[in-house]
Amino acid sequence: METYTMSNFNNEELEKRFQEKIDKEIKIEPNDWMPDAYRKNLIRQISQHAHSEVVGMLPEGNWITRAPNLRRKAVLLAKVQDEAGHGLYLYSACETLGADREQTIDDMHDGKAKYSSIFNYPAVTWADMGAIGWLVDGAAIMNQVALCRTSYGPYARAMVKICKEESFHQRQGFEILTTLCKGTEQQKAMAQDALNRFWWPSLMMFGPSDSDSPHSAQSIKWKIKRFTNDELRQQFVDAAAPQADILGLTIPDANLKWNEARQHYDFSEINWDEFWQVLEGNGPCNKERIAARKAAKENGQWVREAATTYAEKRALRKTA
Amino acid sequence: MQETLFQYLLRLGDDSLILGQRLSEWCGHGPILEEDIALTNISLDLIGQATSILKYASEIENKGRDEDKLAFMRFENEYLNTLLVEQPNGHFGDTILRQFFFDAFRKPLYERLTQSKDKQLSAIAEKSLKETRYHLKHSSEWVIRLGDGTEESHDKIQKSVENLMRYTSELFYEDKVDLDLQQKGLVCSLKDVKQEWDKTVRAVFHEATLKFPDNNWSFDGGRQGRHSEHMGYILADMQYMQRAYPNMKW
Ligand SMILES: [Fe+2]
Ligand SMILES: [Fe+2]
Repeated sequence: METYTMSNFNNEELEKRFQEKIDKEIKIEPNDWMPDAYRKNLIRQISQHAHSEVVGMLPEGNWITRAPNLRRKAVLLAKVQDEAGHGLYLYSACETLGADREQTIDDMHDGKAKYSSIFNYPAVTWADMGAIGWLVDGAAIMNQVALCRTSYGPYARAMVKICKEESFHQRQGFEILTTLCKGTEQQKAMAQDALNRFWWPSLMMFGPSDSDSPHSAQSIKWKIKRFTNDELRQQFVDAAAPQADILGLTIPDANLKWNEARQHYDFSEINWDEFWQVLEGNGPCNKERIAARKAAKENGQWVREAATTYAEKRALRKTA
Repeated sequence: MQETLFQYLLRLGDDSLILGQRLSEWCGHGPILEEDIALTNISLDLIGQATSILKYASEIENKGRDEDKLAFMRFENEYLNTLLVEQPNGHFGDTILRQFFFDAFRKPLYERLTQSKDKQLSAIAEKSLKETRYHLKHSSEWVIRLGDGTEESHDKIQKSVENLMRYTSELFYEDKVDLDLQQKGLVCSLKDVKQEWDKTVRAVFHEATLKFPDNNWSFDGGRQGRHSEHMGYILADMQYMQRAYPNMKW
């Protein structure tokens, strides 16, 4: 329990104590003092993360009605529902910082807030459900396992819960691909094609290279982030390469090779032009994704109003 | 084979399957994230019910068609769901009202089927009843909220009533399939299910300030495999993979 009042300290002193807490691995909680920039940085990151979960429902949701059998349909429904749940936890975590959920959503719709660019790529075959689970949830796990120890308490706790479900999603995705790779030539070709299309966008999920990442250094100091983008990307490649071998699929990168000296896989440079273009809104599905989310919000307006009005009427009747 | 039991199970299973399929179209497009999750949940329950019912139907038929073959490889006129469940989602109010009409039918039906002399059917009913109670609570609450909410929401869902009421009498359609199984004590009469449905709908409509339509003309045909134009599109989506890539494992 802190026995002093905040007014006893100037900002510099508060920031010093704040950093000491971070350094001692003490979690920051909603009512604790925190620098404005820390709060802003977190709101940006958590809301971006929440939007990604929700927009991420669209490419996979698009395959629920066409899932090839009853079990796959149920598993995919449950998966996409989990993602909606992740969105909810994260919006709640964001609200503990004083952000307004609907405002952050509007910011995304207006292009002021980002979501993960991976969801701007189309899901065109059933094998994409496998590739998304394996690679996209797989990349998300790399990021999120690190975030389980992030310095902001509510975010860290949301991540612990989310990570368990994400690793389940990854296993399911890998299992979809395993089934295809054990199947007919046509099925194996479908799996390879999905890997060809999703490999590079998955590597882009870790964000710009460290040298081009504007928020990285401060985020590391505040222990919002524990690893840099490039470190996480390397971890991901190191994990995925042997998994592709197990599947019998070829990662579409001629330079992908185990480097004995580095004890890591080497891989080609990402096409950063494509990365920045998609981020700027020029990916294959940016417009469709935003349009779908905007339509959901607009078409739901009268429903939300009805619920609010009904609740007010009921409260009035109770007091009357 | 017990032909009538097989037919009955297809009617039961197809209702769950097609409504589950319809609801799943909402995933990612709900009016609020919480409702997205709720609708997906109901869809998931219905797909689960369809799976156990069609699995049992497959055992009864005993011709080597498993639950997936039954779900994905029949022709349109072999599906025996009611016309109500294949109606388009429309707006949220249309979907909720369709769900409410269905839940208000399914709850008393499952309550009675738990008493079936057929142990497997009663076990399926037992498990599904728990889910259906929750579905009915959810859909009733929303019908009331929308009916007694704003003027706009009231008008919208009143229109849904005018559109969907004509598909409700088919829920209680009975023919020799039902009569045969009723005599054997396997299934219940739908007459008292209908009475309970009336009671539920009247009570919820009263609270929701909704009116019954003047015109009580109604449709049927689904139970005999005669469907609306919507059904072909539902199956085109649902069967796409199985038709495009026959005999493969997924
Ligand atoms: Fe997620
Ligand atoms: Fe996931």
